[in-house]
Amino acid sequence: MQAFHRHRGVLVPLLGTNIDTDQIVPARFLHRPRSAGYGNQLFHDLRYDGSSAERPEFVLNQSGYEDGSILVGGPNFGCGSSREHAVWALLDYGFRVVIAPSFGDIFFNNAVNNGLLTIVADDALHDVLTQATQAETGGTAEIDLVDRTVTLNGDQRFAFNIEDHHRQALLEGASEIEMTLKALDRIRAFEAGHFDDKPWAGPR
Amino acid sequence: MQPEHTAKTLFDKIWDAHVIETRADGSSLLFVDRHLVHDATSQAFDMIEDAGLTIRRPDLTLGTADHYASTGGPIDENHAERAAIVDRLAKRARQGDFTTYGIGDERQGIVHVIGPELGFTLPGTVLVCGDSHTASHGALGALAFGIGASEIAHVLATQTLWQRRPRQMRITVDGSLKRGVTAKDLVLQVIRQIGTAGGTGFAIEYAGSVVRDLSIEERLTVCNMSIEAGARFGMVEPDDVTFDYLEGRPMAPSGVQWHQALEAWRSLKSDVNAVFDKEITIDGSEIEPTVTWGTSPEQAVTISEAVPDPASEADPARREAMQAALSYMDLQPGTPVQEIAIDRVFIGSCTNSRIEDLRAAAAIAKGRKTQVPAIVVPGSGQVKAQAEAEGLDRIFTAAGFEWRQPGCSMCVAINGDIVPPGKRCASTSNRNFAGRQGVGARTHLVSPPMAAAAAITGRLTDIRTLDTAG
Repeated sequence: MQAFHRHRGVLVPLLGTNIDTDQIVPARFLHRPRSAGYGNQLFHDLRYDGSSAERPEFVLNQSGYEDGSILVGGPNFGCGSSREHAVWALLDYGFRVVIAPSFGDIFFNNAVNNGLLTIVADDALHDVLTQATQAETGGTAEIDLVDRTVTLNGDQRFAFNIEDHHRQALLEGASEIEMTLKALDRIRAFEAGHFDDKPWAGPR
Repeated sequence: MQPEHTAKTLFDKIWDAHVIETRADGSSLLFVDRHLVHDATSQAFDMIEDAGLTIRRPDLTLGTADHYASTGGPIDENHAERAAIVDRLAKRARQGDFTTYGIGDERQGIVHVIGPELGFTLPGTVLVCGDSHTASHGALGALAFGIGASEIAHVLATQTLWQRRPRQMRITVDGSLKRGVTAKDLVLQVIRQIGTAGGTGFAIEYAGSVVRDLSIEERLTVCNMSIEAGARFGMVEPDDVTFDYLEGRPMAPSGVQWHQALEAWRSLKSDVNAVFDKEITIDGSEIEPTVTWGTSPEQAVTISEAVPDPASEADPARREAMQAALSYMDLQPGTPVQEIAIDRVFIGSCTNSRIEDLRAAAAIAKGRKTQVPAIVVPGSGQVKAQAEAEGLDRIFTAAGFEWRQPGCSMCVAINGDIVPPGKRCASTSNRNFAGRQGVGARTHLVSPPMAAAAAITGRLTDIRTLDTAG
């Protein structure tokens, strides 16, 4: 996965409550291979109407936001299904960061596993970012994961909290599978004891 | 009595028994006893193939065709592509040497229906699946949760998963359910009360007299929708109801191992002095038949209520969400929900497609006629066979319902079964999200008897006005 250290980009507001993963990428696209890309499917039914024409009221169709890469979301962003495609679609479109008051649990883990930085904003930070997107179309921010800061307009700097293990995983960008396989001897030893102790839990 | 610091919850006991190691950052490597896969997890298989890895424990992996499985409805231009997706899982099972059930096998069905019914799901185990409704299996006292594609690949390659221990919530439902009130109404009321994000970051244990009195199938319905309250985990302490359900199932332990299992399972309960991070109490006697009106499962009212008015909502974010939902659903505030006419009915999904669900719906359908197109999709081949043995299929078809083949069907609407744009569906599924049942489709979540009643009257209906007749 892609490592994350710092990123500067355009802020895109999508402040609705409970933006679920069906809104982020509708289920009918999920059969596509990962390599086919999901950028065009991001927010598909919010972006396009039934005849595939752009909906002018949707933020990504408005001038100044096309190249957005930092999404400012509302509460419970990414609730719903476990589809990792929601994260792939955001990344493939060009988003590197989502900042919201809260996230769906599975979406949050999927994001970390793909190098998409998800920042849980406290009220103060969320208010500032919301105001910034309302004051100026195409405003930018710089996100520094090393320092754990969001900088607006080059001078307003805000700290954010992130759990150490998420931060570390994003900074390293390493595949967790490879790291875990290094512990294979310990996994095997555990497994042997586990099924000795609980033979009823073994394979059928 | 144990000293307080050693008191454990049901969740703790299972979690602790599966921790291989814990990192300095606090995440634990958990051993996974059971991994369920299905036809919509293909990208995870691609990931391990691309990395040159193999499936480490195919003997702990079980697959089934469900998301893309045709239920025998009209064939459209994408039918062949979906059939190929279903076939790809079978091919991968052959390559990876794990068992999977394809179309036509009586054991095939929705992953959260077949796990329990085959006895693959067991108390005290850690079970994962690439589907957010995996908490269903917690109904049998398993620690079960939904995962994304990267996590599926991790489990396939290692049979383990790095996880942070969630906070814990107990929802105690005391009293007893009134006539006409189902497990679906119970869980919709839980979600209405705590909200779509109320359980985010938590594992939920459901407890109390109402929960103890539920059958396993009813507990499955409750645990299934934990994710609609934000919680990845939902579970119920295993008891004699659980053990009676499991005994003799094909993949459940037997002989000496059955008795060893029973001894282990009887200790799987939260200690009396265990501390939960959050406790919620609900009076089960107050619960009424419930229906959603909006585009989030928390947007629910009882069948006696009216569509709420955003003007009476103080919180601006919630008010805006209500307005957006009313607009999408094409509803006016103040409309009694029983006046809402519906165009389609779907009875099925991992929430409500088991034999008890079908019996409850058939009891309403019997001797009556549907006013709108309605389909019944049994959760598995075994449920279908059982229903047919009981004559439920004939009750449904005589009433005008279509009787289909097993699968996820119109819940996730990627198998060809969709609700057309602008149409309104009374559905026993779990999500009323915008577009969930098809582009522009409008969903009202209800219990199986309420769905059958809606099909009969052509509008959302209080089951209690119908169920004594017929």
